Amino acid sequence: MAISDVKEYTHLSEEDVEQLGRELDAIRADVEESRGAADAAYINRMITVQRSLAAAGRVTLLVGAHARRGSRPAWVAGTAMLGLAKILENMEIGHNVMHGQWDWMNDPEIHSSNWEWDTAQPAEQWKHSHNYVHHQFTNVLGHDNDIGYGVLRMAREQRWHPLNLGQPVYNALLAGLFQWGVALHDLDLDAIRKGRKDPQEMKRQLRQIVRKGRNQILKDYVVYPALSGRGWKGTLKANATANLSRNLWSYMIIFCGHFPDGAMHFTEEELEDETRAEWYLRQMLGSANFEGGPVLHIASGNLGYQIEHHLFPDLPSNRYAEISVRVRALCEKYDLPYTTGPLARQYGQALRTILKLSLPNSMTAPDTPEPPSPPVERGRRADAERPTRRTETGAWSRSRTAS
Amino acid sequence: MSDTALGWDRVRGLGSKLTTPLHPDDYLSLLNPLWSTRELRGRVEQVVPETDDAATLVIRPGWGWRYDHRPGQYVGIGVQVAGRFQWRSYSVSSPPRRRGRTISITVRAMPEGLLSAHLVRGLAPGTIVRLALPEGEFVLPDPPPARLLFLVAGSGVTPVMAMLRTLDRRGTMPDVVLHYSSPTPERMIFRDELAALARKHAGLTLHEQHTDRDGMLDLADLDRLCPDWRERDTWACGPGPMLDAVAAHYDAAGVEDRLRLERFSLALDGQGGEGGTITFRNSGKQVVADGATTVLEAGEQAGVGMPYGCRMGICHTCTLTLVSGTVRDLRNGTELGQPNEQVQTCVTAAAGDCTLDV
Repeated sequence: MAISDVKEYTHLSEEDVEQLGRELDAIRADVEESRGAADAAYINRMITVQRSLAAAGRVTLLVGAHARRGSRPAWVAGTAMLGLAKILENMEIGHNVMHGQWDWMNDPEIHSSNWEWDTAQPAEQWKHSHNYVHHQFTNVLGHDNDIGYGVLRMAREQRWHPLNLGQPVYNALLAGLFQWGVALHDLDLDAIRKGRKDPQEMKRQLRQIVRKGRNQILKDYVVYPALSGRGWKGTLKANATANLSRNLWSYMIIFCGHFPDGAMHFTEEELEDETRAEWYLRQMLGSANFEGGPVLHIASGNLGYQIEHHLFPDLPSNRYAEISVRVRALCEKYDLPYTTGPLARQYGQALRTILKLSLPNSMTAPDTPEPPSPPVERGRRADAERPTRRTETGAWSRSRTAS
Repeated sequence: MSDTALGWDRVRGLGSKLTTPLHPDDYLSLLNPLWSTRELRGRVEQVVPETDDAATLVIRPGWGWRYDHRPGQYVGIGVQVAGRFQWRSYSVSSPPRRRGRTISITVRAMPEGLLSAHLVRGLAPGTIVRLALPEGEFVLPDPPPARLLFLVAGSGVTPVMAMLRTLDRRGTMPDVVLHYSSPTPERMIFRDELAALARKHAGLTLHEQHTDRDGMLDLADLDRLCPDWRERDTWACGPGPMLDAVAAHYDAAGVEDRLRLERFSLALDGQGGEGGTITFRNSGKQVVADGATTVLEAGEQAGVGMPYGCRMGICHTCTLTLVSGTVRDLRNGTELGQPNEQVQTCVTAAAGDCTLDV
């Protein structure tokens, strides 16, 4: 369905949409204008807390491992600190820094261009598959590879295949091995299978992944256990547990972003004529928030404000809470849906969709009403009114070497 | 590099197996912000007032610093103001010392210079700043020439001070004439120290010109103040108009080879800042772009492999380092022109000539 066909949208005139776009631009301008010392202190504090947790977790585990009979409390405390550190690093720090949320600080150590995060996927590939492919083409079927990560069928519009019967299993595997799923994401296994991937580019990306993944595995499963002497098994298990917790947590948070009921999918016709205001609208209609306290929001990288994040991917995450108040008011003003709910319900809906769509459409009923109203003629736009875009998605990474 | 340093490097290399993808320094700097080689940093140890509007910052550089700057060179200093690092360059006023622990820069608060005012008045000892290694060709050769002339005005005295201190410390003060202009005696940075040096070294002659009372230096007076100026190697540092006049005077006398200039800042070239020649440093390519063509488009036209993503200012895939010059953000007209500033090439256009690191 094109955005002009979406039921929630058809009551808006073209001028309404443009006005909405201007109001969102005004929010962006206000936040950009008011970024300052307190925001800088926030991210610096977050990084200090995260690194201290990581160091404390590793040290606690080592000390515990060298204790005469192994120390259970040290193991639990160390594992918890390490797991939390990994979650903070990936969610509130790494993901957001790589979006350029903190580039305004002009701080070369907290910058999207050179941040490398504590997970298997090389940052450069993440920035392509996530910042560009996912954020520009959010929820556009056939364009946004994050719809089911090429493994799961997440929209009724996607054709059913008997292999989809295995979805509950694939889903469990994806959740448990999430960092490795993400690591392979930008390779685009589908393109490789169909022989459409440039072999040189594939080799370059694989080399990057192997190098990064090897260092990650060595660190958690060889070096630290080796330093633990006779307690090596405990350290190995602790590190595996920390990685698994991070995988499950980030998987769940990410699946709450675009798969609960109410988050819509779009088709590629929509991209043709899209203005900036319509891009905003697509982001609002395609994303879902979840509710929670400040600690939950920080632990989820403020992705509970997924709508705000998709509207303003490069504004500092600590501002999404205040932005959400204004975005919500705009949704009421323009009578647009603002999808949110408790974390458990949002994830429950995503999980239900995964299970349900493992079956053909004919055997299940849709959870959201079918898009009904006939398409509205919106008129074509002149080239000058369109945002300039590129549809070929590989050129950016090809321009760089493997180092 | 000494054996200890090599061994230490090896230890940190091994440590990185424990800290990957971070560096051990990222954890060490939690203990002491100076314990990192990732970026050059320094801690402000002292802020010494020199005049009402100028102060000397004594900075203790962190790991990775080399103290062997040449007298007269400048360093970049990055200070966080309202959360954002602002960069400026200032001459080092302390002499080079192999076993040094600190460097000094002397800053005058300019009437419209927010950063210089912050450096003079708003910087508390203990503040961590970023540093860039010394640069610049406005330096004293070693050994120094037999006869020198320094023409300085205002805070242009700072690089010359580093040279004089070096000559003093080495005990090799040759025949030096220093002509130093300043509005009033009170505004003269290093006035007492210069007077003391002149008393100590017979070879050093000091002319003070207080321009509020005596007016600007008329270069025709040089024949009287320093009759052999044509035979002296000359270093001039001060405001743009003064340097222009000095350069013209030396040209006219046919002795421009003797003259070395240091300009604090480049004046705007009066093009209205719209468009300019963009140089891509690594590929060496150049392209002339107008003020409406984005840096990204210009680079692509020139055949440079520009990174790009959304092309609408959102994804930051296209961010590059602006080495020099100024670009304008086409979304809001902001000018970005700090050295080594990160710019989004898809939404910026050249405002005058600029160079990018790609």
